[in-house]
Amino acid sequence: MPGYGQAPLSPPSPPIALTGQGPGTYFAAPQKPKKSAALNPVARFQGPPEPDRPPMAASPAKAPSFQELILRLQTYWAKQGCVILQPYDVEMGAGTFHPATTLRALGGKPWKAAYVQPSRRPKDGRYGENPNRLQHYYQFQVIMKPSPPNLQDLYLKSLAAIGIDSSIHDIRFVEDDWESPTLGAWGLGWECWCDGMEVSQFTYFQQVAGVECAPVAGELTYGLERLAMYVQGVDRVYDLNFNGRDGADKVTYGDVFLQAEQEYSRHNFEHSDSDMLFKQFVMAEEACKKYLDAGWKDGKREAHLMALPAYDQCIKASHVFNLLDARGVISVTERQSYIGRVRELAKACGDAWVHTEAGRAV
Amino acid sequence: MPDLLLELFSEEIPARMQAKAADDLRRMVTDKLVAEGLVYEGAKAFATPRRLALTVHGIPARQPDLKTERRGPKMGAPDAAVQGFLKATGLQSLDEAKIQKDPKGDFYIALIEKPGSAAIDVIAEILPVIIRTFPWPKSMRWGERSAKPGSLSWVRPLHSIIATFGIETEEPDVVKFSVDGIEAGQTTYGHRFMAPAAISVRRFEDYEAKLKAAKVVLDLQARKDIILADAKELAFAQGFELVEDQVLLDEVAGLVEWPVALMGSFDQEYLTIPDEVIRATIRNNQKCFVVRDPKTGKLANKFILTANIEATDGGKVIVAGNERVIRARLSDAKFFYETDLKTKLEARLPKFEQIVFHEKLGTQAERIKRIERLAAEIAPLVGADVEKAKRAAHLAKADLVTEVVGEFPELQGLMGKYYALAQREDASVAAASEEHYKPQGPADRVPTDPVSVTVALADKIDTLVGFWAIDEKPTGSKDPYALRRAALGVIRLILENTLRLPILNVAKSAMAGLPAKGDAPKLPADLLAFFADRLKVQLRDQGARHDLVDAVFSLGGQHDLLLVVRRVEALGKFLDTDDGKNLLAGAKRASNILSIEEKKDKRTFDGAPDAGLYKLPEEKALAVAIDQVKQEAAAAVRQEDFATAMSAMAKLRPAVDAFFDKVKVNDDEPSVRENRLKLLNEIRAATRAVADFSKIEG
Repeated sequence: MPGYGQAPLSPPSPPIALTGQGPGTYFAAPQKPKKSAALNPVARFQGPPEPDRPPMAASPAKAPSFQELILRLQTYWAKQGCVILQPYDVEMGAGTFHPATTLRALGGKPWKAAYVQPSRRPKDGRYGENPNRLQHYYQFQVIMKPSPPNLQDLYLKSLAAIGIDSSIHDIRFVEDDWESPTLGAWGLGWECWCDGMEVSQFTYFQQVAGVECAPVAGELTYGLERLAMYVQGVDRVYDLNFNGRDGADKVTYGDVFLQAEQEYSRHNFEHSDSDMLFKQFVMAEEACKKYLDAGWKDGKREAHLMALPAYDQCIKASHVFNLLDARGVISVTERQSYIGRVRELAKACGDAWVHTEAGRAV
Repeated sequence: MPDLLLELFSEEIPARMQAKAADDLRRMVTDKLVAEGLVYEGAKAFATPRRLALTVHGIPARQPDLKTERRGPKMGAPDAAVQGFLKATGLQSLDEAKIQKDPKGDFYIALIEKPGSAAIDVIAEILPVIIRTFPWPKSMRWGERSAKPGSLSWVRPLHSIIATFGIETEEPDVVKFSVDGIEAGQTTYGHRFMAPAAISVRRFEDYEAKLKAAKVVLDLQARKDIILADAKELAFAQGFELVEDQVLLDEVAGLVEWPVALMGSFDQEYLTIPDEVIRATIRNNQKCFVVRDPKTGKLANKFILTANIEATDGGKVIVAGNERVIRARLSDAKFFYETDLKTKLEARLPKFEQIVFHEKLGTQAERIKRIERLAAEIAPLVGADVEKAKRAAHLAKADLVTEVVGEFPELQGLMGKYYALAQREDASVAAASEEHYKPQGPADRVPTDPVSVTVALADKIDTLVGFWAIDEKPTGSKDPYALRRAALGVIRLILENTLRLPILNVAKSAMAGLPAKGDAPKLPADLLAFFADRLKVQLRDQGARHDLVDAVFSLGGQHDLLLVVRRVEALGKFLDTDDGKNLLAGAKRASNILSIEEKKDKRTFDGAPDAGLYKLPEEKALAVAIDQVKQEAAAAVRQEDFATAMSAMAKLRPAVDAFFDKVKVNDDEPSVRENRLKLLNEIRAATRAVADFSKIEG
């Protein structure tokens, strides 16, 4: 079996995490329809007798393909007035790092956006061998500032839009407070459960980059692979139908990403150039500080003109740290210090941002 | 009298916060009502994931009128003082004030009458303040208003408020107030999915009924009852038995407004994982119950989930979805367990060199070595095999770095036992992995196997001595390292296993191994005092007299807790007898006289009395009795026979009684007086063979 290289021997543990840097939770595993499965609600709750349905199908219609899922979410959120952005062109660990969330969550101006963000978790690579762990996966991210009063309803309708019918699925909001030590951010909200599986995270940002949110933004993060596996009834991420075709025209998630997972796992665990990465971290950190310093208009801390380029360097530093961490070259004590250094950059960027046109209080 | 109905309707409140929030709401509202003179008849609060509700019935319609007197300046006081008085009291002129006579000069009194307000107006003022200051463990801002400072904080966004007030037979009034733009009214909403429409309510009775019709069970206890009954029924119907779990039940009941229990299955193959691991997996991650086969007591491959809806398909999709997740979870757990089994426990120990136990107390590896050493010393005192005790101490913590314990910390110890058995360790050695953490609390079982007892004592004493050495003792309500629990654990281990353990000696050995020594000379006594305190609490909880503990510890050198307790028991029994009571009275009287006279003469009356100076037969008789009792009591104490020591003490009583009856201590002749005081001192000394009687109350 291809070795796990320097990676700690990890079980089929946390799969595709949703937001932030927190530990991920688990994918749903395979389900083979079992005639013998006991399905006995207590008598008085028993609904009318119904014909047998295939257990996983949310509706008689064909389950959406992976790309169809994205298209439906985009269409749905576009109708709610969100700007539909494209993925940010810098590697990052979660959709929250996109400046459209991190920075736009700050300041007084209203902001509604939705986008897919490829998320990179170098440590989560498993050489393509684990059915629900990836070092590169997609998050669908929605941010609405200020948080609208009906955000929960909007979210539930988005689930309906991708075929999750709330009359047969058990949808729950379970306490899950979110905190990102690298972003200096926290918020309160929930994990959203569908039939016992976490499918999204829902957060009311209270603070981002060390700055109090005023007004508060609501953030939704969908783990797209997980959702797709759920609605398609698939137990291995690589088996997802990507394009919705059958037969020879069918393209699976594995066709698109399996080789990448194998190659990046080799890279992340065995071959990434640590010396270069250590240098890159310092370079990104220094560049971030340099741009922040240079960005203050007329040298006065009243208006900032380069918050966005500086923040790019903060994201880069964070990703380089993740690569070093995956390579196993950062000790437990150093780890805290690196996280602290990224956080300081994020806070300084947040401070610069609130002194820009888009980030000001109104 | 009118009733109040209050509902605060919000987005999902964390389950763990609901019960306390309901309680806080009731307490805050009723306290404020009473403070405003509105004494109510009864109140009850409720919580669901989306609402806090409160009903207060029998509130007076109006506050009582308040009459207060306010004292003003003296007659003839300067005009400024008079004007100030008038302004403060609202009087037009001094003519409206009363004059009160007083020897130091007459002064003005204003009579202020404050008519009571209508209760509904008072409530309208109380409620917004309570809502704004509600003590949520964590609260948040939201929406447009959060742009401005001072916006409302709530546990999750608050959507609507019901506040009605009125008597049963009439249409109630809405209590008029608003908080952060939310107007109180009489509208709420039913179940999120099954009955989301707005509902208009009048008072508690129709509120509760309409909610029920809208698929919301308001009362937490009712939801718990439904879940428990239905889960039991589901299990029973399949020939199984529900594994009841109060904590899980509380949580699950806080996650649903309309509980629907459903049963699902998982593959038989997972039953090779230990039951506890299956249960932890299903319970912690998925918040589902497990069931067992009543014949074998082993878990069955079934689980029970609690959905929040009556699904139109009878729950098939919900069960199937939960089965998928549980299967994935169990597959991980099985992998963890099987991976753990591939590595021997001792092979894990080097990892502990990297784990700091406490920055001043070294690494976990050092601590394990200390516990091993201490266990080897304690083992012979406890009747344990030394080699087994050392082995057990060596392995007892090893499971902390296993995958399963990493995932489920509450399975620490238990997994160690399974892994130790799997690598064919001695049964006692394996058991100690689990048992050495015990007892965890007053209700927990105390281990009895000598090997477990040894490691449990070594572990706890190392902890206590260590934190004492670095001066991290518990203070007030703060006990972050659970040292009180550790001390109580030591006490229970000793008493319930009737162990003879010289605690100070063991503590001194424990100190020798520590990297930090602290205040070494004072430490043992200080620690012993802590044990004495814990013992007092323990005995008091059992209904024994804690002053007797002081009376025994006051003798000094008492660090064999088993003997201390036996002495306390014997003393307690003795003091229940007439002889005991009278002797205590006599000894106390002797003590009192002595302390008065010692003070007067500024000296003590130590030393043996002179037999030549005895003038009365009662003196001589007392002296003889003291001699005899002293010897008998001392001999009995040497035999650790405290009951006999007490009986010996009883013989003192007639002599002491007769002495106080007939003999005047403060004789005119100084030498006789001194001699009699010395004799009194002898009574005190004699009773010290069993206890320090001056510490005994009563």
